[in-house]
Amino acid sequence: MASHRFTGTSSYIATDDLTMAVNAAVTLERPILIKGEPGTGKTQLAIEVAAALGKPLYEWHIKSTTKAQQGLYDYDAVARLRDSQLGDDKVHDISNYIMHGKVWEAFESEEQPVLLIDEIDKADIEFPNDLLRELDRMEFYVYETRELICARHRPIIIITSNNEKELPDAFLRRCFFHYIKFPDEATMAKIVDVHFPNLKKDLLGAALKAFYKIRDVRGLKKKPSTSELLDWIKLLLAEDIPPEALHGENIRNAIPPLYGALLKNEQDVHLFEQLVFLDRRNNPQ
Amino acid sequence: MLIPFFYMLREGGMKTSIIELLTLHEAMHHGLAGQSVDDFYFLARATLVKDEAHLDRFDRIFGAYFKGIDDSLSDLVQEIPQEWLQRQAELSLTEEERELIRSMGGFEELMKALQKRLDDQDERHEGGNKWIGTAGTSPFGAYGYNPEGVRMGQRGSRNRSAVKVWDKREYRNLDASVELGTRNIKVALRRLRKFAREGAADQLDLDDTIDKTARNAGMLDIRMVPERHNAIKVLLCLDIGGSMDDHVRVCEELFSAARSEFKHLEYFYFHNFIYENMWKDNRRRQTEKTSIFDITHKYASDYKLIFVGDATMSPYEIAYAGGSVEHWNEEPGAVWIKRLLKAYPKAIWINPEPKSRWHYTPSVKFVSELMQQRMFPLTITGLDEGIKALR
Repeated sequence: MASHRFTGTSSYIATDDLTMAVNAAVTLERPILIKGEPGTGKTQLAIEVAAALGKPLYEWHIKSTTKAQQGLYDYDAVARLRDSQLGDDKVHDISNYIMHGKVWEAFESEEQPVLLIDEIDKADIEFPNDLLRELDRMEFYVYETRELICARHRPIIIITSNNEKELPDAFLRRCFFHYIKFPDEATMAKIVDVHFPNLKKDLLGAALKAFYKIRDVRGLKKKPSTSELLDWIKLLLAEDIPPEALHGENIRNAIPPLYGALLKNEQDVHLFEQLVFLDRRNNPQ
Repeated sequence: MLIPFFYMLREGGMKTSIIELLTLHEAMHHGLAGQSVDDFYFLARATLVKDEAHLDRFDRIFGAYFKGIDDSLSDLVQEIPQEWLQRQAELSLTEEERELIRSMGGFEELMKALQKRLDDQDERHEGGNKWIGTAGTSPFGAYGYNPEGVRMGQRGSRNRSAVKVWDKREYRNLDASVELGTRNIKVALRRLRKFAREGAADQLDLDDTIDKTARNAGMLDIRMVPERHNAIKVLLCLDIGGSMDDHVRVCEELFSAARSEFKHLEYFYFHNFIYENMWKDNRRRQTEKTSIFDITHKYASDYKLIFVGDATMSPYEIAYAGGSVEHWNEEPGAVWIKRLLKAYPKAIWINPEPKSRWHYTPSVKFVSELMQQRMFPLTITGLDEGIKALR
């Protein structure tokens, strides 16, 4: 049984199902795969889990060119070649040229760490397969020095994905899985509350209402997400906008101020303005 | 007790494996699911479901199993139309009416009755007290009041007496057979890339050469690799206007996804069906046409041909000379599509109409026959199958 249970933190609201998935992964020491709409706090989760459980965090951010090997170690052959031509003594010990990757660092950690593998779907399609043994047995072999690196403490591995590539079955079988769905209005109120504790109740209510109405507008290419809502509220606070300015029976009758923070796509802004314009023309006040 | 559930998941079409079942047992052994059924549901979901497209299916199987209904698997295939469940009205009942509902019998009775009514009912229903629908006093449906009722997926809860998390079916729109956005289309199209990284080893691999040379104690060891490029060539023919107007959005998405995914992408438009010409710019469709012969001569036979269209038209437009709605065609469309298919053996037709509606239109069947059954719906699964057929 894990020494702590994750229940969300003062700055992160975790739903019951997310808490359960994280605790299962922590208890059984298996990786957990987190998917969800962009901006729903997937990456943030790892940071918060590490903070809540008081464990060190290692972050491995994946790019399209990242190879699985780079997470384990890199052998710097060029440096060794140069050193050999310069007659440096270091050249005789190959381990001088082995650079530790994030996975290695996490495996060597003195206490159980949290390892974040961020946006695993960005890498090549074979990437997850190359990490199967490492994630399963928590060990890997360094060919250059002929040593086996085993994790001192099995890390809590949190993997995020934006679903750009499908992940292989063999990989998925070894993970717990959680899909962060878009928060409902009550959860959203809690989320905003932990970020802006002094927000006046009526402003929050009005802002959330306006936000969900914009999300409901049909045909938007990119719906605003949680992180955009938080930015928007920050702006509203900075501009000291009164809650009344956000009220309006219908979203089409009132453009919420500073809506540029919510709609990031030019076409969406255009669509939105057109809707408002049409509606005003049809229902002159 | 979990083994029948496990087999039920597999019967329901989920690829749950033994490893995952064992993991679930291990987690339960650690006391993770001790507190409530909800906890168990969350744990089972995190352990057994690995794709958000399957969440809805899992919810339904979970709901069915844990209510002691074993024979409802067929319902998973025969979905309850969503409109039935759409919120239409609010209803507040008097105390007497509530009393009446309470007298309707036990829970198991209700589930049996649900089964029966699902078989009987074939249209949307609102109000009333028997059929499934919204705002009535039937035990099945939504926004009504029945203390022993079964909720069937609606937003928010009203009386809260019948709600179970898995019955809310919040993952409804994530099932793999619903239509898709660009990201999903890109993922599907990327499967075409796999075999595109082939060719002769004709480029110097600098990293590997340095690496091998260093290992070789400084003796030069040249390494070559094949060039990494996406060699797939695609010829995309899009139906435009008329009955395709309903599908403009999804076709736009497919088109933009395809454009960013393939370096060699050529596209042409047609209206309803293929005749002697296609065009590249819809505004100048009358003046700047490209003859089919020019296309087949210009683009080699290793291009993959993808038609996108609803194939919904009068069969005359395909089978007869002069059948085109826009101009007088000397030869029937069927002849022209056969010429194209001969030039490009790898070809598919993607149809944005849902597959369930295809059989209402004879021309769809006709086109599908011309395509040798290589017609696929514009959904993730459909694209997947289509891509397989293109290989």
